[in-house]
Amino acid sequence: MTGSRINDFAFKIGTVNGTGSASANGLVMQSIFRMGVPVSGKNVFPSNIQGLPTWYEIRVNGRGHVARTPHFDLIVAMNPATYARDIAEVRPGGWLLHDSSWPMADTLRRDDITFLGVPLANLCVRNFEGARERILMKNIAYTGALAALLEIDLEIIRRLLEETFGGPKKKHLLDSNFQAIRLGYDHAIEHFDCPLPIRLEPMRENDDAILIDGNTAAALGCVYAGATVAAWYPITPSTSLVDAFTRFCGLYRVDPDTKRRRTAIIQAEDELAAAGITIGAGWAGARSFTSTSGAGISLMSEFLGLAYYAEIPSVFFNVERVGPSTGMPTRTQQGDLLMCAYASHGDTKHICLYPNDPKECFELAVAAFDLAERYQTPVFVLSDLDIGMNDWVVPRLRWDDAYRPDRGKVLSAEDLEKIEKFYRYLDVDGDGIPYRTVPGESPKGAYFTRGSGHTKFGTYTEDSDEYTEVVDRLLEKIDRAGAAVPAPVIRSGPGARFGLVTLGGCDGAVREALEELEADGERFDYMRIRGFPFSAEVTRFLEAHELNLVVEQNRDAQLLSLLTLETPVAKERLASVRYYGGLPMSAHHVVTGVEERLSLGGARAGEASA
Amino acid sequence: MTHIAKPRVIHPRLEKNALGLTRRDYEGRMSTLCAGCGHDSVTAALIEAVWELGVPPHRAAKLSGIGCSSKTPTYFMSSSHGFNSVHGRMPSIATGANAANRDLVYIGISGDGDSLSIGLGQMCHAIRRNIDLLYLIENNGVYGLTKGQFSASADLGSKSKRGVPNRQPPIDPVLLSLALGATFVARSFSGDRGQLVPILEAGLRHPGFAMVDVISPCVTFNDHEGSTKSYAYTREHYREVAEAAFTTPEDFVPPAEEITTEIQPGRTRDVRMHDGSVVRFRKVAEEYDPTDRDRAYAYVREHQEAGEVVTGLLYLDPGSEDHHDVLETVEEPLWNLPFERLCPGAEALDELMERYR
Repeated sequence: MTGSRINDFAFKIGTVNGTGSASANGLVMQSIFRMGVPVSGKNVFPSNIQGLPTWYEIRVNGRGHVARTPHFDLIVAMNPATYARDIAEVRPGGWLLHDSSWPMADTLRRDDITFLGVPLANLCVRNFEGARERILMKNIAYTGALAALLEIDLEIIRRLLEETFGGPKKKHLLDSNFQAIRLGYDHAIEHFDCPLPIRLEPMRENDDAILIDGNTAAALGCVYAGATVAAWYPITPSTSLVDAFTRFCGLYRVDPDTKRRRTAIIQAEDELAAAGITIGAGWAGARSFTSTSGAGISLMSEFLGLAYYAEIPSVFFNVERVGPSTGMPTRTQQGDLLMCAYASHGDTKHICLYPNDPKECFELAVAAFDLAERYQTPVFVLSDLDIGMNDWVVPRLRWDDAYRPDRGKVLSAEDLEKIEKFYRYLDVDGDGIPYRTVPGESPKGAYFTRGSGHTKFGTYTEDSDEYTEVVDRLLEKIDRAGAAVPAPVIRSGPGARFGLVTLGGCDGAVREALEELEADGERFDYMRIRGFPFSAEVTRFLEAHELNLVVEQNRDAQLLSLLTLETPVAKERLASVRYYGGLPMSAHHVVTGVEERLSLGGARAGEASA
Repeated sequence: MTHIAKPRVIHPRLEKNALGLTRRDYEGRMSTLCAGCGHDSVTAALIEAVWELGVPPHRAAKLSGIGCSSKTPTYFMSSSHGFNSVHGRMPSIATGANAANRDLVYIGISGDGDSLSIGLGQMCHAIRRNIDLLYLIENNGVYGLTKGQFSASADLGSKSKRGVPNRQPPIDPVLLSLALGATFVARSFSGDRGQLVPILEAGLRHPGFAMVDVISPCVTFNDHEGSTKSYAYTREHYREVAEAAFTTPEDFVPPAEEITTEIQPGRTRDVRMHDGSVVRFRKVAEEYDPTDRDRAYAYVREHQEAGEVVTGLLYLDPGSEDHHDVLETVEEPLWNLPFERLCPGAEALDELMERYR
């Protein structure tokens, strides 16, 4: 490693799950954020409560490229069980910070990296009482050492600790935390050449930004959209969405006079019931949602077909994790694209939205409720573990008070008085969307909802023509929604032969890769798809390019398959670039994959190297 | 199966309830079940109960799963919203609908296959949540639409139409409900409308989950000798323990008929519900206490051992708190809350954003 790299490096902290390292890592991340420097934090954690290894990866990049990188300049190795692995992962010329209270085996040593030993355990044993505090403070102490090595502003750290441990009751916690910071800091200043060539310098990039995870932002979207019924079953990585919704409802949805709640949040017995409750509430007129992950969608598929066929508004958040089956519950993937597009038996098709970061989780959550009620159908919001559970730096969320929910075509009792007879599934306006009524409003609005064959008048049928008429209209209705889902984000310029196409959380990695790829002289246009069914714009983009490289995070090229199925674009114009090992996509994966494809002349064979 | 439409003509002298509606106003489409099906009698009893209580038809919602029983919501209350959902999943649909709109009268109709096999989990959890719902199991011990397989409620030794005995013990919805903490548990027989109608009325007015298990013989697949869910068997082994009727509380449309006139002195027992209404039990056996869960359980078991089917309103929790009480939701239906009371607005968001700095 040569020269200094200011605001452009990555480091990783390896600890043991359940030792309280999360708050220390959060402190590092938030301090860098407060210094105004673009930053990202990726929590690579085990499916475990205590004892297994866990890592926290931080990338700093002044130009805003904060997608995950697999190259680490510095690793803080706090877990002897993963020493070998952590040491091996340091980039040549990089640094390894470790607890030198115990000797490290010589066999682990590498000549091309610098070992920075800090006797963290010894320092904490000397300075703190009790096993619990000593363990916790060891984590805070490495934060202090990092502050010295990377030049993290100590004043910002102090202020953050004050915010956490404000008030006289917590004064002792504030004192001991800052003492631990000083222990690590002073030791590093005394023994090492601080700062390292990789270091921070304050910027002003985050003045209008926040640090938030996608699940929290999505939950906030549900509150702002006016959702009143939420049903769920605990599953990583979606649980924190309903947790956040519950917190926000505690803030904003309690009647000030009666102290009663304006929300029903129901922890169901399984995902089947969670879907049923969501659909039941949608049927009865509420804005309702459920939040789950892929395994939950498998169970919900039965109900999704019902909601599609019986035309019941409902919103399904799928915070994707690695499948199939239980897969890797704490790793990220985009493996449910095909399943969500066509969930359930028979001919079904669903509206899907694909946010790229927490800000879009907020915005598309609101859009999902509007689309669900406008099109009277289930709507998916597909984020993933990386977006949902990691803190991202995004622009502040904003709200327009002029917003009013689009409840779609709902006939009130007064509306019903004006018409001769109400038929639930009749396409009165010729747009494929019938009118609906809410139970309890008027005897004239009563109808029978069923998942069995029905006519456009809502009556049971086993007649071919009557059945076909309804399912054909349903297809038309969902296809028309392609014009209403959020438009793709497109960046194009003259003379680009190739298109780069992606969706969701790959965005950052692809944008970064674009810079690298274009440095070689080749021009690329870029499209990030945000909704399904695909709009005409998506087709136009694909057709305008000789070859489109479709970047995604699953083994089977599911987005590419969807594009093949649902657009008229020739298969030969699509090539796949993918990484699906469970960690967030990095620019490295994209660049390697694209170069491989282009050298192969766009053939689909082979894999993007991980 | 019949395709005959019901005549629309209504006799001018038909009796009217407090809302000025006749029983015909509570009817539905023509039944497509087999002639003599117990379920049709249950439908008739249900029409009688909602008519007597004066439930405005459009303020009721009928929900079901899949199966013969689950077809019946089509056969009553055409002016109510109905929902024939997915096999075994009606309880969750009802839970969601009730969460969105607590003001409607919810009638859930299920069968022994729908509730005790594929939907057992959902039923149990709806009981735990005490959803304000009349939950009817039309129990015939057999799968009808798929041609006569045993259901989970078939008794040990009960024979199929082909004479094959059932070797697996039954799941008894009454015992199960009692064990799960159900706040209202009753059993009746489709052939005894006199008992069934007041039970349904009590169940409709119970503030919580009202389990009503109705033995409702399947004339096609389970009404033969050797069946323990046939008309003949049920009539022979029937033991009426406690009939029940709600007396007239002020806050409800009174029944058109005085249904408590036949009470025999010395054999009644009143239970006051926490909403102020009173359930009057009649023909109560001396030793029977319908508010003692453990004794109710033991009583049903003892008589089962003796080969008797105990019927009546078997257990009632006078302090029933429904799901909304537990969730502490507002009194108004959630679905219709004005948006201004749901959306915190731009200023609140700006303030909140400071916490994410």
